Amino acid sequence: MKLVTVAGPPSSGKTAVILKSLAHLQREGRRVGVVKFDCLSSHDADLFRKADIPALTGLSGNFCPDHYFITNIEDCAAWGRRLELDVLVSESAGLCNRCAPHIRGHLAVCVLDHLSGVHTPRKIGPMLKTADLVLVTKGDIVSQAEREVFAFRVRQVNVKARLLFVNGITGQGSWEVSRLWDSAPDDAPLTGGRLRFSVPAAVCSYCLGETEIGEDHQHGTVRKIQIEEAGHV
Amino acid sequence: MSDAFALGQAAADPPLNDSRCDEFLLLNRLPARAAHRTLRAWWEAQTWDFRTESGWDYERLVDGLAAFIGAHAAVADGAPLHSLEILRGLDKSGQPEKFDLLFEPGDVVCIVGPTGAGKSRFLADIECLAQGDTPTGRVVRLDGQAPDPESRFTGEGKIVAQITQNMNFVMDLAVADFLRMHAESRALAAPESAMQRVLDAAIRMAGEPFGPETPLTQLSGGQSRALMIADAAFLSPKPVVLIDEIENAGVDRTRALEFFVDQGKIVLLSTHDPLLALSGARRLVIRNGAVQQVIEPSPQEEANRLRLAALDRRLACMRERLRLGERLDEPWETLLGGSAT
Repeated sequence: MKLVTVAGPPSSGKTAVILKSLAHLQREGRRVGVVKFDCLSSHDADLFRKADIPALTGLSGNFCPDHYFITNIEDCAAWGRRLELDVLVSESAGLCNRCAPHIRGHLAVCVLDHLSGVHTPRKIGPMLKTADLVLVTKGDIVSQAEREVFAFRVRQVNVKARLLFVNGITGQGSWEVSRLWDSAPDDAPLTGGRLRFSVPAAVCSYCLGETEIGEDHQHGTVRKIQIEEAGHV
Repeated sequence: MSDAFALGQAAADPPLNDSRCDEFLLLNRLPARAAHRTLRAWWEAQTWDFRTESGWDYERLVDGLAAFIGAHAAVADGAPLHSLEILRGLDKSGQPEKFDLLFEPGDVVCIVGPTGAGKSRFLADIECLAQGDTPTGRVVRLDGQAPDPESRFTGEGKIVAQITQNMNFVMDLAVADFLRMHAESRALAAPESAMQRVLDAAIRMAGEPFGPETPLTQLSGGQSRALMIADAAFLSPKPVVLIDEIENAGVDRTRALEFFVDQGKIVLLSTHDPLLALSGARRLVIRNGAVQQVIEPSPQEEANRLRLAALDRRLACMRERLRLGERLDEPWETLLGGSAT
């Protein structure tokens, strides 16, 4: 079984791209499944099931979604193997932009959309920087010129990845994506494997349920903003 | 599939000696390079707090700097395209198509046919550089050969620039700033003059003038279409331009085509606008998923095209007069006659 990790900001078109790309693989008789990681709620599993794609939903609730992802991905992969899937796609919204669900040895995909603006590639960090394949959506409604600038900005943070434009509505570009997923690394072990990027170091009182504001309530790893005072240069 | 972090570059110590390095540090809100001449020297001069808490480590910095500097090479132009061939596939009933097609730089090819006939599929075959693996079975060849397989799977390898009726500028930038940004991404020797050329061309095509300081998002439909066309002609590296239904945009269409032809682009026009459809050296008629006919304009069609062009100019004049608050109340013959023919 191939495990493909797909990450991208909320509403960038991850689910649409996954549906269109997996449809090509289904037509060729591949068995495909999806596990969707989210924080609070998700109805995407219904969309996948409607397309005859078995889907799991994992809601992290009070837990850090990225820690939740790492502690559950092995079980999800085991579920995929029980269903004898050829391809299992894990979908998550790179959440705070500081993390990435990408795992060494497994195909890592980042989905971005043109409408998020040309500064986005510089803002979103490791889920883009450590991706093997960058898919850019919603290109049909922005100018060619903006698409070329966006592609360049992606290159400035990740020069090695493949970069494709995909239309999640019409499916343009999804065939190429399906070829790349079909040739993703097979059966790479998860247990003992490594994340491509470490998750944040912070464990502070607020991680543990503190809600009150004020220095007296701040314990654990705390980082303070540096503010330059006017007049002190 | 390469693991982006297993490239064994950790030991590298890239020089930190030009303005692009400065730009990289600035963009990532990192301390300036000061007197340090290599990345490692710069890194080791930072405080312990910074090195542990900034979210960077040395390997990531090496990779980040390499990506930033390598971006220009990744988007660099390929060799110029001399020919684009489309070898026949199958129609929707599984019958073979009748024509293999050959397009060369400067060709303007119109594509006509009712909705659902297969125009989009035909254009998509070119866009994805089909190799007999799409539903039509068509095969695309560049300069007589199958394209490099890798070029199909990365955006920079694609050969088609697209302009459609649905596209808009979404960036919150002035026209000149945006064009400069595009020119810089192309690493052109003279970005300022490239920018000026696009601006001049766009203004000549658009009905209403606009300036370098106009925000992109405030351009009218015609102005933004004109800017997209000029940008695709002069700044885009793509050798093929695909234009989908831009008839009513208030753009000087004849001039737009001239720009593309002068720049040696292969222009594919999906249109039913009579003036545009007759402007092509060839017209492909698509029906039932296949190219059914290849029409070369007859002398009579060419004569009719010239009359249509004159009519188009008259219409543009009327549009301009209405814009200025004038009335169009002279007799019909006078309105259509005049000096614009």
